[in-house]
Amino acid sequence: MDGHRRRLRRRRSGGWGPRDEAPARSGAADSADNKFRLRRRRSGGWGSRDEAPARSGAADSADNKFRLRRGAAGPAATKPRLSVRPRWATWLGWGLAAGLPLVFLGLFFAWPVTAIVAQGVLPDDGAGGRTLDLSGFAEVLGDPRTWRIVGQTLGQATAGTLLAVVLGLPGAYVLYRCRFRGRTLVRGLVTVPFVLPSVVVGVAFRTLFAPGGPLGWAGLEESFAGIVLALVFFNYAVVVRTVGGLWERLDPRAEQAARALGATPWRAFRTVTLPALGPAIASAAAVVFLFCSTAFGVVLVLGGIRYGTIETEIWVRTTQFLDLRAAAVLSVLQLVVVVAALLLGARARTRRERALHLTSERAAAHRLRLRSRPDGSDLAPAVVTAFVVLGLLALPMAGLVARSFRAPDGSWGLDNYVALGTTGGRNALSVTVWEATGNSLRTAALAALIAVVVGALVALVVSRRPRSTGARRAVGTLDALFMLPLGVSAVTVGFGFLITLDRPLGLDLDLRTAGVLVPIAQAVVAIPLVVRTVLPVLRAIDPRLREVAATLGSAPGRVLRTVDAPMGARSLGLAVGFAFAVSLGEFGATSFLARPDTATLPVVIYRLIGRPGAENYGMALAASVVLAVLTATVMMVAERLRGDRPGGEF
Amino acid sequence: MDPTVGTAVDGHRGDGAPGAVRPDGASGLQVRDAVVRYGAGRRRPGFVAVDRVSLDVAPGEIVALLGPSGCGKSSLLRAVAGLEPLAAGRVLFDGEDVAGVPVHRRGFGLLFQDGQLFPHRDVAGNVGYGLEAARVPRPEREARVAALLEDVGLAGYGGRAVATLSGGERQRVALARALAPRPGLLLLDEPLSALDRRLRERLAVDVREALRASGTTAVFVTHDHDEAFTVADRVAVMDAGRILQVDAPDVLLRSPASPRVAEFLGRAPEHPPGGSRDGASRASLAVES
Repeated sequence: MDGHRRRLRRRRSGGWGPRDEAPARSGAADSADNKFRLRRRRSGGWGSRDEAPARSGAADSADNKFRLRRGAAGPAATKPRLSVRPRWATWLGWGLAAGLPLVFLGLFFAWPVTAIVAQGVLPDDGAGGRTLDLSGFAEVLGDPRTWRIVGQTLGQATAGTLLAVVLGLPGAYVLYRCRFRGRTLVRGLVTVPFVLPSVVVGVAFRTLFAPGGPLGWAGLEESFAGIVLALVFFNYAVVVRTVGGLWERLDPRAEQAARALGATPWRAFRTVTLPALGPAIASAAAVVFLFCSTAFGVVLVLGGIRYGTIETEIWVRTTQFLDLRAAAVLSVLQLVVVVAALLLGARARTRRERALHLTSERAAAHRLRLRSRPDGSDLAPAVVTAFVVLGLLALPMAGLVARSFRAPDGSWGLDNYVALGTTGGRNALSVTVWEATGNSLRTAALAALIAVVVGALVALVVSRRPRSTGARRAVGTLDALFMLPLGVSAVTVGFGFLITLDRPLGLDLDLRTAGVLVPIAQAVVAIPLVVRTVLPVLRAIDPRLREVAATLGSAPGRVLRTVDAPMGARSLGLAVGFAFAVSLGEFGATSFLARPDTATLPVVIYRLIGRPGAENYGMALAASVVLAVLTATVMMVAERLRGDRPGGEF
Repeated sequence: MDPTVGTAVDGHRGDGAPGAVRPDGASGLQVRDAVVRYGAGRRRPGFVAVDRVSLDVAPGEIVALLGPSGCGKSSLLRAVAGLEPLAAGRVLFDGEDVAGVPVHRRGFGLLFQDGQLFPHRDVAGNVGYGLEAARVPRPEREARVAALLEDVGLAGYGGRAVATLSGGERQRVALARALAPRPGLLLLDEPLSALDRRLRERLAVDVREALRASGTTAVFVTHDHDEAFTVADRVAVMDAGRILQVDAPDVLLRSPASPRVAEFLGRAPEHPPGGSRDGASRASLAVES
């Protein structure tokens, strides 16, 4: 009571009114104290007569005050401006925010892809018309080679996904639920493979498996197991980050309650933690399956002629056999696989976002316990994780770096790096590798810009939860639409660009030579990642924060600027990094679109390994290291921007 | 009617603020036959959360909406704020219909149970947020933020990060933030429910004091009788989407209008003298120590 009174008195000296209010104030304060006493006393029945004067004093003083404040108040205190909401302006704003990405997607994704599919099923009949011809389907689907490829695609993707999940769970535990020195570094290291260009990964594993390489004895060259290992290398980070992000914030008390009820650590994990992680695991598995089943560069480099995916097959049919019909049919086939995986993933994601409400805000990590203790030790997961990080992730990279310093004549030195200033043995290239590096950086910067603008707009629109069912469905559709580029063959997109954009919409404008096609194609590939990085952060903003901002007088535009923007900004940094890194490494579409003099690094690397000569192979290794270092640097910077806060799915 | 607390307030309602009351009496907040529906579609009637509710709040008055959870009191509050559309009925403020006036132009403040402070702004940034929206010049804004923080007992907290505050401090900051733009009406949605009992009791008094001192008209939603009776001039008992009775606290307790009101108030922990209330205090003390 005394403290209360003291505070009130202190307020009196510098409160929010002129000093002459003090007497009135004092009445109010005293009455408040009386009131409090009244509360206490009231247990014996409601207020007796003698309390009335005090209370009435309070009312009077408040009234005086009210009048004073009304009179002295500035513009902020005037009556609310009761003007009617300009609905059309709101609709126009959201229409533009949704429309711009839709136009972009339609022009640079839907149209080229449709054109390619049409090329397959509506062949030119020679007389200027086109007739529907589905014989291509019968032909391709009747070919045993097709089913071998489909089988390989599903087999590799399934094995890769299972292994990534099994190895990723202990990794998520160790890296997100335990504390140890160097954890941030290991987390960064684990992330690097995900953004490494697929061509680089292919080259790294090939170096590892080749006869005379560190794992040459295992006979993994051009093998199923070799491809699966490379796929796990790529996608380990997806599992660790997706599951770890949820695990980090999972309330540990549920598991503690299970332990208190007599469950062993393993049983508590199996019956409490694992089900809670279920949606995150399912979501991660769907994404990994998607990436594995559409893997291109890594399979092209590692699989040789014996192993492939639908994606590499599309590439082979298009570029080697010029069989557009078969390529179109395969594209449709791949779309079916991809849409199925996306649907499963979307369902898992909704459940995950629901599950997030069960988590605590604070990270609940404990020190890594390696010694055997009665309450369980972290030895087993730590050993598994160390084995994966060192053996599966670090070894191929180290092998690649080491081999890149091996000169063509077998001595150690910088010869391969010096050769990057040339166009390769027997002029394998039209540009030097350094020039290609410059091309890569330029196109990737432009691509990242496009992807972030479009992707952020999509994320913004999709993060809303409109009241009407129709609008909610439209938002959901938009979300799904922008995931499609993840799964549709980048090869198809690239080739579609070539067909459709020579004279877009009848304009006399050949975009193919304008040099913007490569960044646009790369942006199309990067947009889904941007959306998936920014969207969860925007969705996690409590809608009541926006409501509070509105009641404090912020128009919708200002709410966006002062609530959504600052809270989403950090994820935007990560999104820029992702988009840039993915664009740097993009190979499928770029390989179609880049002209020899504007070749990017991945294109140059693939061309170099395709040419004979130890010199070219050495250059390819050195160029791979350069590309890997560039990508890793970009990701490390982006990761630093992100900080330790949760956000994003990958 | 006895000249008790309620009467004093009633008197205030009638003639307390002559400058603000219009001759026709149409000042303050008037809710007329408001209906709020959720999940209604073209063919589905949906769930009726607020069912033809009417309520008057005079300028400077504090009215509590008291009822069990799920009775529609928060929905009514959100409808007044403009966050939920009205399926039927009207909300008038100072005689003008606010339908179609967007949330940010209504000039109604809102205080949530868990404060909903902006995590990316410090304490001063939170309190000053509404003043920035109103384009109050910086020196004036800073002075007002400092004064408000002192008013809620948090002088000098301006530079603190929101994450470092305790639950009670957060609610104080949220209150200061809501009061900063001098809202014509302040809506408080269970502002103290997340706090422990002793803090709640103390803050209830402080909230009333802050509202009275600034002469703010307020609607205070709560499921806690003590809180309602401490803070409000009049209490509206709500159940299943309807208001059963609106009266001063003592009138409510003395002559409940229906068995349902009596039943609901009968569970009031402080009503039976001595009994459960002390038990509850002891229990909470035991937990704390």
